[in-house]
Amino acid sequence: MPRARRPAQPGRVVLTIVASLVFAFLMLPLVVVFPISVSSAAYLQFPPPGFSWQWYERFLDDPTWVESAIRSFKVALLCTALSMGLGVPLSFALVRSRLWGMRLADKLVAAPIIVPNIILSIAIYSLFSRLQLIGAWYGIAVAHTILALPFVVILVSAGLRTFDEAQEQAAMGLGASWGVAVWRITLPQLRPSLIAAGFLAFVTSFDELVIAMFLSGASMTLPKKMFDNIMLEIDPTIAAVSVMQIVLACICLGAAALFGRGVVPGAATK
Amino acid sequence: MAHASARRDPARARERTLLALAAPALIVLAVLFVWPLIRLLSMSVEGGTLAQFEKAALDELYVAVLWDSLEIALIVTVICLVLAYPVAMWIVQAGRLGFILGMFFLLLPFWTSVLVRTYAWMVLLGRNGIINRMLRDWGWIEFPLPLLHNLLGVLIGIVHVMLPYMVIPIYAALLRIDPDLKRAAEGLGAPAWRTFLRVTLPLSLPGVFAGSALVFVITLGFFITPALLGGGRVVMIATLIEQQVREFLDWNFAAALATVLLVVTLAIYALLGRLTGGQGHAAR
Repeated sequence: MPRARRPAQPGRVVLTIVASLVFAFLMLPLVVVFPISVSSAAYLQFPPPGFSWQWYERFLDDPTWVESAIRSFKVALLCTALSMGLGVPLSFALVRSRLWGMRLADKLVAAPIIVPNIILSIAIYSLFSRLQLIGAWYGIAVAHTILALPFVVILVSAGLRTFDEAQEQAAMGLGASWGVAVWRITLPQLRPSLIAAGFLAFVTSFDELVIAMFLSGASMTLPKKMFDNIMLEIDPTIAAVSVMQIVLACICLGAAALFGRGVVPGAATK
Repeated sequence: MAHASARRDPARARERTLLALAAPALIVLAVLFVWPLIRLLSMSVEGGTLAQFEKAALDELYVAVLWDSLEIALIVTVICLVLAYPVAMWIVQAGRLGFILGMFFLLLPFWTSVLVRTYAWMVLLGRNGIINRMLRDWGWIEFPLPLLHNLLGVLIGIVHVMLPYMVIPIYAALLRIDPDLKRAAEGLGAPAWRTFLRVTLPLSLPGVFAGSALVFVITLGFFITPALLGGGRVVMIATLIEQQVREFLDWNFAAALATVLLVVTLAIYALLGRLTGGQGHAAR
């Protein structure tokens, strides 16, 4: 603990107070849905008058909720596979190639972070409605790949930059082909970056709403179903779904932080 | 000669392999990102006229909404900066436990869906929301405070989403500062505030600019949070674009509004990037 190491300075005390308040602000909306999700009251009451699992039961009993959750899982899994399958090879090219076009490609991959989601959404919506892809779950996964790709490339490139290419050349000197060297030497050492990238791609797709709003049509993803529910009526079923999403985010973040690399910036120095 | 070309050939083969690795992703980006955007933007000048842009520029509503969006983006950037800097400083100075806790508090919201967080703010800030109820139960207020369906609610929601985007670049910049520089300043007798103003702050500016650029530009295109927390009273440019497509099916006008938003977004990002360009490299 820092306070034990150093004498208390007024500046540090102020810093600790401000940081604590900001952390409380950040956690407040995540914490607040937990008591509401197990409330026995049908409308918002705080503190809840009693305990009940009824909102979780209502979620499980309603096929539209369960179907949308399953659909979101499918979309997120396909998006993860696509963005890893495209992003990992691309990262090799971006880190190692000296072609001038790669600097441009670097910018192009990062662009979907900056381009407003609404613009990307209606652009893809316009294209997909011509191709009659509206309502197809794999269409949403393909569109989400554009959003997940920058995160995959950033994390994998960062891992690749710290990898010593001489190890690959050593393997090839001993007779391995380049593909075998990458598969047996490079990728295993990149595993932490790959794990982190995979989880981040999954979460990016699983939580995405704006693209899904336009592309999902009648077959809704979980975020779209939640959005419609919030617009119509706020009942604590949403709170139950929110709790499940927060728990899922916790698991993904925890796994990515424990087994992955690059998720927690500066972790290596602490 | 023969020697030189033998040397160059493996290098060429290597570049060819790397290009082949990049190709699938670049093709997907071209087909699903660049091409749809070009298609959309070209709709704004369909028929070879600038009439759609004229309509946007002459209509007070659209101009006002664009200004409001820029204003909201600016306010959010400033609030995030003021809140994020002390947090980044605290995490840099914290011990191991503080670091783990701080990163958890910062990254968990970042990994949680925007929709979940927006819903939680509706529950907290509403007329009969948790905050108003508690304040009334404690007898601090008589009538509910207007926290939701106004600018305040939208600002709270967006700041909550954007804070990690500001903290992380500032934190990364602070981490790169050589601690010996601070010790030197202190050893030469500079008080803590002066060390901060003359050493820490200037060296962290690349992070400040990088975070600000990201927060400003992403906020400008925000859609879900203002739609839910603004209650129709706070309209941002993304909402207008969606309306044109969904309600009026006016693709040409939506395309014109999208073009304006995209140009403003890229221009501001490029400008802020240029501002930090030199310093950013120096810091690395």
